[in-house]
Amino acid sequence: MSKESLNLTLKVWRQKGSKDKGKFETYKLKDVSTHASFLEMMDVLNESLISEQKEPVAFDHDCREGICGMCSMYINGRAHGPQRGTTTCQLHMRHFEDGETITIEPWRAAPFPVLKDLVVDRSAFDKIQQAGGYVSVNTGNAPDGNAVPIPKENADEAFNAAACIGCGACVAACKNASAMLFVSAKVSQYALLPQGQPERKERVGKMVAKMDELGFGNCTNTGACEAECPKGISITNIARLNREYLGAMLGPGN
Amino acid sequence: MKLDAKIPAGPITDKWTKYRSTVRLVSPANKRKLDIIVVGTGLAGASAAASLAELGYKVKAFCFQDSPRRAHSIAAQGGINAAKNYQNDGDSTYRLFYDTVKGGDYRAREANVYRLAEVSASIIDQCVAQGVPFARDYGGLLDNRSFGGTQVSRTFYARGQTGQQLLLGAYSALNRQVEKGQVEMFTRHEMVEVVMIDGKARGIIARNLITGELERHSAHAVVIASGGYGNVFYLSTNAMGSNVTAAWKAHKQGAFFGNPCFTQIHPTCLPQSGEYQSKLTLMSESLRNDGRVWVPLHKADAEAIQQGKKVAADLPEEARDYFLERKYPAFGNLVPRDVASRAAKDVCDEGRGVAPTGLAVFLDFRDAINRMGQDVISARYGNLFEMYEKITGDNPYKTPMKIYPAVHYTMGGLWVDYNLMTNVPGLYAIGEANFSDHGANRLGASALMQGLADGYFVLPYTIGDYLADEIGTGQINVNHEAFVAAEKAVADRYNKFMSIGGKQSPESFHRRLGKIMWEYCGMARSEEGLTKAISLIQDLRKEFWSDLRLSGSIGEFNPELDKAMRVADFIELGELMVRDALSRNESCGGHFRLESQTEEGEAKRDDENYAFVSAWEWQGENAEPVLHKENLEFDVVKLTQRSYK
Repeated sequence: MSKESLNLTLKVWRQKGSKDKGKFETYKLKDVSTHASFLEMMDVLNESLISEQKEPVAFDHDCREGICGMCSMYINGRAHGPQRGTTTCQLHMRHFEDGETITIEPWRAAPFPVLKDLVVDRSAFDKIQQAGGYVSVNTGNAPDGNAVPIPKENADEAFNAAACIGCGACVAACKNASAMLFVSAKVSQYALLPQGQPERKERVGKMVAKMDELGFGNCTNTGACEAECPKGISITNIARLNREYLGAMLGPGN
Repeated sequence: MKLDAKIPAGPITDKWTKYRSTVRLVSPANKRKLDIIVVGTGLAGASAAASLAELGYKVKAFCFQDSPRRAHSIAAQGGINAAKNYQNDGDSTYRLFYDTVKGGDYRAREANVYRLAEVSASIIDQCVAQGVPFARDYGGLLDNRSFGGTQVSRTFYARGQTGQQLLLGAYSALNRQVEKGQVEMFTRHEMVEVVMIDGKARGIIARNLITGELERHSAHAVVIASGGYGNVFYLSTNAMGSNVTAAWKAHKQGAFFGNPCFTQIHPTCLPQSGEYQSKLTLMSESLRNDGRVWVPLHKADAEAIQQGKKVAADLPEEARDYFLERKYPAFGNLVPRDVASRAAKDVCDEGRGVAPTGLAVFLDFRDAINRMGQDVISARYGNLFEMYEKITGDNPYKTPMKIYPAVHYTMGGLWVDYNLMTNVPGLYAIGEANFSDHGANRLGASALMQGLADGYFVLPYTIGDYLADEIGTGQINVNHEAFVAAEKAVADRYNKFMSIGGKQSPESFHRRLGKIMWEYCGMARSEEGLTKAISLIQDLRKEFWSDLRLSGSIGEFNPELDKAMRVADFIELGELMVRDALSRNESCGGHFRLESQTEEGEAKRDDENYAFVSAWEWQGENAEPVLHKENLEFDVVKLTQRSYK
């Protein structure tokens, strides 16, 4: 039977606001249940800080079931921590050792400025989506849902790309802070579906331009994004994005 | 005061069509002059904001998350119902309507439910056109499944992430309008007050959660789409941030709260494992299609399992009690959510539960794996099994899952008329935030349907009826004295929170409130328990206002302060829920009163005395709320007692 509780040392990034300088603070935490999730461990830390009249650690979190994409911790040098295919909220303490020191940082990327402690501003992702991540169809305009059959494999592949939760782990994991995996997922979803065709070229051009404008870096094919993506978004989407982009820039208009 | 639901005259099949054709319109030139505030960006809020903006209204949308895409609709797993009858299995608008009224245990308004069923098909068309990747069969057409024990396959799905894909569709429509400048989006903002001028909702006060500043926003109509309030129980399947604050502020400004005690407890959730637990994770209901629910027949075996001395596999067939199959041979493991939940509670109360806490039952796939092979089970539930293992560390292919009911959805909410307007002029409520079309119990895969129906296809029509009178109003001034006073009242409340200087965190009060609610206003409710709960909650409220501890300051990013506001509102709501449960001395849907059961221990509805919607009116902090009744008339569906034997 494995140990039921852990004693941990936590090195946590503390930063008052976006303009302040941050630094690591060290906290000891005792008797952390191995059944607790990582964020529940952070709750326990915060309760103890509050009881000592100290300021709790600010961190983003919401659904705590791995789908909203809000949680965003860089744990021991890895986006969302050591377990593959897992968001921070679904990472459980049984994956850590008794006596371990855990380093916890915010996403670090210039387009994601720190707001406080572990909370970063990811509104750049919304801006990229606003630039073209949609099909222009007003409510009420739609034909019957079965009017256009879509080959199952295309629908499945579009789904795989659409499974992106927009957490930003790909950007945090990338040494260039590239948003290519994120952008490619949306571009791929629509490129694979008939509904996405009319605006196909315009969309990819606008989304890539916005991505560049917001200061995300270039892709140099290290694959760190795919490795850290909690939803297993494939890097083949980036290859498709490159093809789509080239086709849009070089080919005839829409 | 008589509540007027404003249901159009005529046969039920014609009401909505006739309404749409005769409702007053606002011309495009006038729409440009009208502002609408939408609070919340889940399925209802995002679809409404996008559709209203497409029509030409100027929309301001608010969410407390860092992006509208994170609203909790995103977590819905199973699917969305629609009366498409693509499977040629006899589905129709009428059948979906009938199932919804019956499933809701005859406590919903017929006209609203019929409209919901009518527009359901258009929702699927709209989502497909947006590029939502629904599951398809090999011919490339949309796939359906049967869900929650219905006899037709009308549920559309996108693997186990239907809510995510539908929300991202609505989010993309919203983004398109943001880009066009038709929607102004405010993320990390919480609505903390409704501003009333001359008896009409004219705007809101919002707190910028990053800077802590209070902002005034005016509009000609305010739409509350802030979701449900299941987090009043502390532990629920809701996201951590899901809260009642927007709806509660509306209530305190005069909007009636409908059926607050109607709560849906979902039977298949992961049981609590410790005090640190922050939420409960739902495992899709679809698991009950193949999993068999059981507990040990004998208490001694259950105790041995609780203490870790025995495991499920040690128990031979004759020592197992497949209690749902035994009690409900016709429906077995597929009985509706409320019935399955209560049955699980009963066996655990008898001491036959299985986790260390004694609060869990087995959901066993052994027989299904033997019958169909692991590959088939893996293809159907692979991602759910993976998620289960991730959270619990157990492998459900080898050992049965442990599940326990958890609070999932709230059928109650702000009372609205057929137009989805509350009794406060200009104040609307849509999606889970309104008291809704689900009566006393919601069917699986119907929450997504209702959220999108309200946002895409109902509100954009009905709101015009009100706004047609507002075309001459002109821009509403945020320096009006009502805005100044509302902002000051909110600021005073925050100052009061900060000045208490006690010892306990907002979280600790929330946890204690949750325990009271779960114990006395959970799966089974009694006059004695509910009466006790009222005084417990009142005591807790006093303690909160005298012993709350907060850190930091008001003018900064301060999640603890935000939580204090939410918990204060939950405490007030909790008391109202208990009063509502106490006043309804019948069992219906998710509301089970111990005093109202059949000889066999099943729920006993009382149509003679309780066929009404309870709509509560706020009377002030220290006064009892007043109950108004909207009588429900059933012209089409014949009332029968539900039976799943």
